[in-house]
Amino acid sequence: MRWDTLCGVTDDAHPAKLAVDDLGVVAKRGADGGRRIVDAVSLSVPEGGVFTVVGPSGSGKSTLLRAIVRLVEPDTGRVLLDGRGVTALPVPELRRRVGMVFQRPAMFEGTVTDNVLYGPRLRREHPERDGPEARDAAVPLLERVGLPADFADKPADELSGGEAQRVALARALANRPEVLLLDEPTSSLDPTASRCIEELLAALAESTDLTFVFVTHDLHQARRIGDHGLLLVEGRVVERGPLPGMLDDPAHDLTRLFASGRLGGRAGESPRDESPAAAAGADPDDKRMLP
Amino acid sequence: MSGDQFTYVDVAAALVLVGLALLLSWRQRLDLEKDLLVASVRAFVQLTAIGFVIALILDADRGVWVLLMLAVMLTFAAVTAARNVRVVPGALWLMVVALGLASSTTLGVMVVLGIIPTGARYVIPIGGMIIGNTMNVASVTALRIVQDAGAERGRIEAALALGAEPRTAAHGIIRRAVRLAMVPVIDSTKTMGIVFLPGAMTGMILAGAPPLEAVRLQVVVMFMLIAATGLAATTVTWLMPRRLFTPQQQLRRFDT
Repeated sequence: MRWDTLCGVTDDAHPAKLAVDDLGVVAKRGADGGRRIVDAVSLSVPEGGVFTVVGPSGSGKSTLLRAIVRLVEPDTGRVLLDGRGVTALPVPELRRRVGMVFQRPAMFEGTVTDNVLYGPRLRREHPERDGPEARDAAVPLLERVGLPADFADKPADELSGGEAQRVALARALANRPEVLLLDEPTSSLDPTASRCIEELLAALAESTDLTFVFVTHDLHQARRIGDHGLLLVEGRVVERGPLPGMLDDPAHDLTRLFASGRLGGRAGESPRDESPAAAAGADPDDKRMLP
Repeated sequence: MSGDQFTYVDVAAALVLVGLALLLSWRQRLDLEKDLLVASVRAFVQLTAIGFVIALILDADRGVWVLLMLAVMLTFAAVTAARNVRVVPGALWLMVVALGLASSTTLGVMVVLGIIPTGARYVIPIGGMIIGNTMNVASVTALRIVQDAGAERGRIEAALALGAEPRTAAHGIIRRAVRLAMVPVIDSTKTMGIVFLPGAMTGMILAGAPPLEAVRLQVVVMFMLIAATGLAATTVTWLMPRRLFTPQQQLRRFDT
């Protein structure tokens, strides 16, 4: 284990809740076949910590998170939960303990309650039938994400983007996860909804011992979330350390470029590309979903 | 038509109709002339060939030949159905199992209950109908599941990420695919006799059988097709999840 290369927030007194050790994912298909999407990435987060992964779009941030919960299979390296390799866990058990909130919230058919209780119902912890019991179980979770109780009976497909993302968060929390992975949870939202979700997450981080890994391409957001983190470019760790210090006082050229907002799209192909699109950090694949 | 018999002269006369279609295609610049000709020639050649084969098998009336004939039909049907979903690993075997199970069960029940005799004259045409219909339904079910697995990737992965087993995560798209594939069978059963006169019945009436006897056969055929297609669709839904997902419970990507 190469602890010396890991982010220096875990030590003997604060063992890693989640550790990623030398993780690699290679593209299997298409024009990208053979490319290392995630290349030897290591990180570790103590219990209750917030770890931020920042990087331009296409840098492998999402794939890194997906590899942690084995939605894609890592080709090299290990993921450790409480110091033990996650491959030893049954996959559903790993995914219950390490929750994930996606960039675009995908609501299941049915009501908000059906969505929120999806995980517990999988394990028969809640009555299958709709009724007062189901509602009583869903309402406290909705309140935790700032949604009033009357949302419980709403059809999930009638929610705005911001509301749906809150429900997605409540749905993840209903599983009582130990770690929560957040994959650009605000990037599909308008600025107001985005800010609300951000504040909600900050409050959650304060009030629970939940461990977070927060992924974002948004510099300002990375600065606000702070804590420790790393900059990922082309699947590789460029720099790691406390944010926002790393972004304000970059040690690496790529970090400087990124911090000045000039590292957009698939970085590295043309890292010094200063076309307006690249300078704006535009992501051609980012189909923004407005509420 | 002369009397009760169709002759090759009658077939040649019916070519006038193909000629009409060709003329239309040419005038409207549809560019379908070649396809229309090839299709007409193929239909004639294939059906004539199979006519000779069936005549031979009926004459011999040996179980081995009947089974061989059914196996050939099943293979062609499975290959055709699998072609629609060739992005799925092991699609051919999936179709062989689905069509084979559905057809043999249905045909077996019909024979065991004495609804049809075991003779080649009954088993081959009925078997052909069963295999053809199960092919369509299995094909639509599988294709729809693969397409929806792509379109609904977000929901399926959200369910997986909450700890759902693959079969549970894909439950919605599987249910929808089976319902969609069964719609034509159920609808045509419902509207039978009102909207159209089905093939088997038409054939028997043309051949001079009493209409009510033709009707009884047709009802049996429809019941049998409901069972066969239902079985085929269900088998596809049983076999698909392990092809859609990896053993590590990841949703595969398909180039569709």
